Order: sequence, then C-alpha cells, then structure tokens
Amino acid sequence: MPAFTSAEYLAILLSLKVAIVSTLVSLPFGLGVAYLMTYRQFRGKVALDVAVNLPLTLPPVVIGYILLLLLGQKGFIGRHLLQPLGIRLIFTWKAAVIATAVVGFPLMVRSIRLGMESVDERLIQAARTLGAGWFDTIVTVIIPLSLRGIAAGSALMFARGLGEFGATIVVAGNIPGVTQTIPLAIYEYASSPGGDRMALALCLVSVLISVVVLLFHEYFNRRIAKAG
Amino acid sequence: MELHVSLQKSFGAFSLDVTFTVQGERVGVFGPSGSGKSTLASLLAGLQQPDNGVIRLDGELIYDSQGAINVPPEQRRIGIVFQRPYLFPHMSVKGNLLYGYKRSAPANRRIDFDSLVAVLQIGHLLSRGVHNLSGGEKQRVAIGRTVLSSPRLLLMDEPLSALDDTLKFQIIDYLKAASEAFRIPYLFISHSLLEMRIMADRVLAVSAGRIEAQTTAEDLARSRMGLSPVGYINLLRLAHPRRVGGMSAYAWGGTELLISAGSDRPEALFELSSKDIILIKQHPDAISARNLLDCAVSGTFRSGNKVGVDLACGDGRLVAEVVQEAARELGIEKGSRLFAAIKASAFRRLG
Repeated sequence: MPAFTSAEYLAILLSLKVAIVSTLVSLPFGLGVAYLMTYRQFRGKVALDVAVNLPLTLPPVVIGYILLLLLGQKGFIGRHLLQPLGIRLIFTWKAAVIATAVVGFPLMVRSIRLGMESVDERLIQAARTLGAGWFDTIVTVIIPLSLRGIAAGSALMFARGLGEFGATIVVAGNIPGVTQTIPLAIYEYASSPGGDRMALALCLVSVLISVVVLLFHEYFNRRIAKAG
Repeated sequence: MELHVSLQKSFGAFSLDVTFTVQGERVGVFGPSGSGKSTLASLLAGLQQPDNGVIRLDGELIYDSQGAINVPPEQRRIGIVFQRPYLFPHMSVKGNLLYGYKRSAPANRRIDFDSLVAVLQIGHLLSRGVHNLSGGEKQRVAIGRTVLSSPRLLLMDEPLSALDDTLKFQIIDYLKAASEAFRIPYLFISHSLLEMRIMADRVLAVSAGRIEAQTTAEDLARSRMGLSPVGYINLLRLAHPRRVGGMSAYAWGGTELLISAGSDRPEALFELSSKDIILIKQHPDAISARNLLDCAVSGTFRSGNKVGVDLACGDGRLVAEVVQEAARELGIEKGSRLFAAIKASAFRRLG
C-alpha cells in the first residue's frame, strides 16, 4: 500500500466531515418533512413529495448545476441572501455539504417515513388524550418509536454522502485540501498516469469506512430491538 | 357530569347523526359493532373532527362548528381506555403510568399515585417493561395510566372485548374499584348488554349511527328479553358458600340457593337466564330441580311475545319469562304466589 500524503489524509477527513455534517444538518429537516408527509394533510403535499424525491431520479450533476445556478454570485439565493450576509458557498466545503444533503435527503426522508408509518396511530392518540400536545407527542412517542427508521435514514445518508461525486464536483469543485473528497481524489488519480495504486488504496479506505458504518448501524439496530 | 352532544359526521355510506344530553356518573353507550360507538368516542375526545355540531361537557363548550371552537385533545381532559392497552412500548410500566400524570396541571391532580397502584394491584410491576406483562396486567396499567391523568370524563371504548371471560370479570372489578375510589364519571362503550348491566346506570342505545333511546341498563335488558336468545339475565352476587353434597349453597333472599358451578372464593357473580326458571302454581311433592323458591309476583311486563315476571322471593328479586298462554293458565298477576323451580346447573359463574 502506498504511503498517503497529507492531501489524501485531508480528502479522507473531508469526506467524513462532509458526510457527518450533511447528515446532522439534514436530520431535523428530514424529521420535519417525514412528519408532515406521514401525519398531516395539506395542500401541496404531492408537490412537496415530488420536490423531496426529485434528487433521487435526477442525475447528481444536474442537481449540482441547479445548485450552482441558485447559490452562485448571480443566482437567486446567492445574490439576494448570501451576498448581503457576506457568505460565499461555491467552491468551499460547505457547498459540498449542501450538495450532499440535497442528494441524500430523499433517502433519509423515505427511511424516517417508513419508521413513522410503523408507529401505531392509537399510541399517538393515547398520548394526545393523556395531555401531550403535538410537539410533545413527536418528541416522546413518535421519534423514540421510529428510531430504527431514523437510524437507517441517517446511515443511508451518511453512506450516500461518502460516495457523493457528481453534484459535489460541480458546486464545490475538486480542490485538493479544500473540497477534494475521497471520490474526487480517486477520480483524479484514476485519470492521471501512474495513479492506479493510489486510487486503489483510497478505494480500500472507502470500503473500510462503509463496512464500519454498516456494522455500527447493525449494532445500533440490535440495541433498539433489545430496548424495545 | 353533564354531557350535551349534537354531532354529524359522515364518511362513505355511513353517517353518524346524534343529539343527546346525558347526566350521571356511570353512562353506557350500547350498540352493535359498526353502529358508530367508537366514532362517537373519537369525536368526543377530539381525535376525529365532526362535520359539524356541538359538544358541551359540564357547561364548557369544547367543540362548536359554528363558533369555530375546537379544544385540542390534550386540553379536553377526556381520557380513553381502548379495547387494547396500547401501552408505550419504549417506557416502563411506571413511565406509562406517569405519562399523563406529569402532563396534568397540578391543580387538577386528584388521584394519588400510590393509592391507584394499590387499587389496581400493579405495585409489583412498576419497574418492568411492558412487554413482560400478561394481557390482564397490561389492561390494568392502561386503565391506571388514563385514570392518573385526572380526566374529568373517562371514555372506555370496549375495554373488555379483547379479554377472555375470566379476565373480563377481573378487569370489571378493577374498573369499578378505580372509578368508585376516584369518582371519575365515565362513558362505558360496549356491545355487551351484560357489561352494560354491570357498569352503567343510564344507557344510550346506538344503532346505525343514531341514538335509538336513552334508557337504563335494566330497562334495556327487559325490553330485549323477548328478542334475545338468552332471555333476561339475572345477575346474582353471592357470598360465603357452604359445601353441600358436591354443590355450593349460597344464602340468598332469606333462603339458600344450591349451585353446581360454585366457587371457593368468598364472593362470586352468577348469571341465571329468565328462560331457566320454571314457574309452578302448587308445591310439587318431589322435583329434580334443586331449588324450589316460594315467590310472590311483584309485577309483569311484556317483551316481544313473552311475559316477563318479576318475582320477589323473600328479599331476593328474579325475573322469569313465560309465553302468554302460560301466563294466562297460571293466572299470573301482581300479588299472585308461585313456586320457581331452578336447576342447580342453571347458574353460570361469571369470571
């Protein structure tokens, strides 16, 4: 195995950072959207469903490009919201987080929804008649009872985040040490002469992280099953 | 408790349209399954929204479609015990019991945790998870959880129908004990006339989404006697049996009743169908039925093509039924004297 230079270590760390931060940032939104989709009836529910699931079917490059158009200096959000606040996102690791969050979001929402749908409605009704308001019910009944779905959704999103390539390269670029994640580094090594060994080594790291994530997910699931 | 309800709700081909005012602490809602009883409970608790109408509980408006009043379920203080316990699986028994208690306003808390635990006999279960409880224990915890939230009205939506007979009558005792000890008015919803007789005074008879009658459990049982295949069920709470030749003898109405299905417990509830009482004008020399009671007729009533006969045997009361011809031949009228013959095996022990 070839010795990693600081660029590779940075890519590995950045991959982990982007995957973790995007998962954590998405979680509250994922819970909120999953709750709305599972328990609330409102106008535009179908539209929300389509919007949330769109990234699942769109090519990630397209998502990256749309984000670039929105968040860039001439984009709607970029010009009216980010620039006045002095925030620059494009070609920073934060853009990679946003790209990863958007791409992984439908996976997270789907898993959480499955978890929430499996909660018996009578339990929720019991909580309400026992004096718990809707938010109280979410926190004390719905979330604890859909932990499996939430864990699965987070694990999926994290794993998807580690593999994110298309949207990230468009919106964050491929700058070693700044926005270069493992997949981007592999891409670069694979397309440059003599980089095969390095690409393969990074692939191994990817596999290793994925196995650890899956094992952790399995362990967590068992603990929930035991507790429940 | 006074409850005034006027509600309409339709879904699909079914429509619920009920208007009633009911007073009392022990109110029953009786009707066959699919008649809208559970929908009524959901509407009262605020778990479903009516199409329009009014709900007023003890003078307070909790729902009014005209005035756009709709108190959310957590503020109505109407507790529900469902058919199945629906305990929170991620909490211990104690966690379940305290869920509503913690959320009730301290000023409204009328029920002491320890005395409730004592009444329901669940003290030894407190630290357990809810998965390790038997069906009866789960339902007791569910009752306790609702009672501890100090509701001003308790809705019991078929709380016994998922339990087998033995368990059912145990739980009835707990329900009665809890509601009497803590004086919580309740609406007891059931398709079982027997449960109505035990649990309710005033009864709303519901059929096909409408209130058919507001009556008492006793009158309901009498009016249905002629139609029911089991007749009128006499309920006898008997105590302190004595063993007599393989049977149990219970003191009743100044005499003793001999019963095959006796129990060693100090107190037991028995049912006796009006169909199983044979009325005889004169004392027979010998008879195979082990109980021959000297009774006076205290009244009669018609139900279908049958005549119900109120019998006063000492200070015991029974209802027997005969066809009209038999009533004529026996010359049954208020004040006449008869012998009632009942086989020892005709008594069925409940629970």
